[in-house]
Amino acid sequence: MTASPLLEVAGLSKQFRGLLAVDDIGFTVAEGEIFAVIGPNGAGKTTLFNLIAGVHAPSSGSVHLAGARLDRLRPDQIAALGVGRTFQIVRPFASMTVLDNLITGSLMRNRSVREARRRAEAVLERLNFTNQAARRAGELTLPDRKRLEVARALATEPRLLLLDEVMAGLRPTEVDGMVATLRAINREQGTTIVLIEHVMRAVVALAGRVLVLHHGARIALGTPGEVMADPEVVRSYLGTEALA
Amino acid sequence: MIDQPVLPRILLLACCVLVPLLLLPIFAGRYLLTVLILMFQFAFVGQAWNLMMGYAGQLSLGHALYVGLGAYVPAVLWLQFGISPLLGLFAGMAVAMLMAAVIGGLGFRFGIEGVYFALLTIAFAEVTRVAFDHIALTGGAGGLFLPVPAEENAAWWRLDGGPVFFYYITLGLAAAGTGIVAAIRHNRLGYIWRAMRDDPQAAQALGINLFRARMLVILLSAAMASMAGVVNAFYYRNLFPSQSFDMARSLELILAPIVGGLGTIMGPLVGAALLTPAGEALSAFVQAAGLDAPGVKAVAYGALLMVIIYFKPDGIWPWVARRLGLS
Repeated sequence: MTASPLLEVAGLSKQFRGLLAVDDIGFTVAEGEIFAVIGPNGAGKTTLFNLIAGVHAPSSGSVHLAGARLDRLRPDQIAALGVGRTFQIVRPFASMTVLDNLITGSLMRNRSVREARRRAEAVLERLNFTNQAARRAGELTLPDRKRLEVARALATEPRLLLLDEVMAGLRPTEVDGMVATLRAINREQGTTIVLIEHVMRAVVALAGRVLVLHHGARIALGTPGEVMADPEVVRSYLGTEALA
Repeated sequence: MIDQPVLPRILLLACCVLVPLLLLPIFAGRYLLTVLILMFQFAFVGQAWNLMMGYAGQLSLGHALYVGLGAYVPAVLWLQFGISPLLGLFAGMAVAMLMAAVIGGLGFRFGIEGVYFALLTIAFAEVTRVAFDHIALTGGAGGLFLPVPAEENAAWWRLDGGPVFFYYITLGLAAAGTGIVAAIRHNRLGYIWRAMRDDPQAAQALGINLFRARMLVILLSAAMASMAGVVNAFYYRNLFPSQSFDMARSLELILAPIVGGLGTIMGPLVGAALLTPAGEALSAFVQAAGLDAPGVKAVAYGALLMVIIYFKPDGIWPWVARRLGLS
């Protein structure tokens, strides 16, 4: 772990008309770490991502990336600073091909379309996605759309990758494939990953540390082993969902 | 990027269409040329509008505003101050872009999207129409008339000329407009605009500044549309606010790209090539039959639009292109 964290979230809250969706959350993620956020539906996980990515402005608190303040910036400015994200409900550019989806992402770091195309093809290659390059994104199956979300975010060459339930709806073998891919990207490119995930198998396999949210508040933070043994976590989340 | 085997076919098709068009004035009469001038105008303005709607996903129902300003500004500059329309053209373009900047600045800055943005564009066109009714300098509601020059003193720099002259001008505009759209499509902006059209939030997450991308498209589209206005002023030589800025005009000029195929390079050309001759033929037929049916063209366009949307919602060109093996 490096001395100063890559992502630093402090006292972050978000209120939607009286509903406290995110309640005074603070945590840090070190460069190169894989960090998971879990919790029951409606716990505020996606809202937390949207606060980091700039979709919502926080009611209070702050977000810093490598010392630069992110809150108050627009999503495109935050993306330019190196935060790539996927959407839980997939948002492909449906009328464009898979390759063109990635080229669009790649254009953020590359002025020329030719260079962006070359990078985009490399990302497709690495995700074993090349066979779908010419398909229109709107025609893809759901697992492939999830894969496209990851690929498109990677095409922006992020320092920090926010993955919102990219394993949901995948078959067990596909989950294993995605886990292997993410681990390889993390190890080889040093990309820091923060993932929201319900698939505990993937969380345990990937994450060094896990943040557990419930009703917008942090109820536990630690290694997967520690967190899963936490009685509060078992009562409010694992007991009701994962063990059901 | 265009696939290799497709490229020769596209070039062949372009030659088969372009060469006859270039030679056509040798054989064609005045009436046919006038119809074709109208057709090229609709094709060109269709390209301008298609950039906004078909590529960037911004619905404008007030594009007559830019065409109208592009007509009025050079016409007034010529009539009142003797400034050549070749310079006036740029003044008209600047005024049209200024209006586009105001509309875009208001709409895009405050997140007015979709139908609400379309209402904003209608409102600006309508307000301009009413304002021009009362501006004495532009002839008010009574219209602005440019004297028809005698043929012996016709000068190209004043845009004096007959159908053949304007045939080549509008053909050039349609070709250039198509070239611009084709170049943009495979360029950085083409990707950014299409991504923004498909999903603005996802585009933003890829670092795309939505405000800037939308301002760029409305400015470019307005600049292109204003050039078509110059032809209105100096070929037809009369301008009325009730026609130039009319909402019916705005709606008429979006038909070709919709019928031909939104977001395609050829769509506006195909749409215009279909609609304009058909509309003119219908008018001529109704007239010849001695019928008095002033709205017949609009009814026919409306019916055709319904048929297209029902059977080929992507427009005619994508379907034809597949048949020809071009896509």
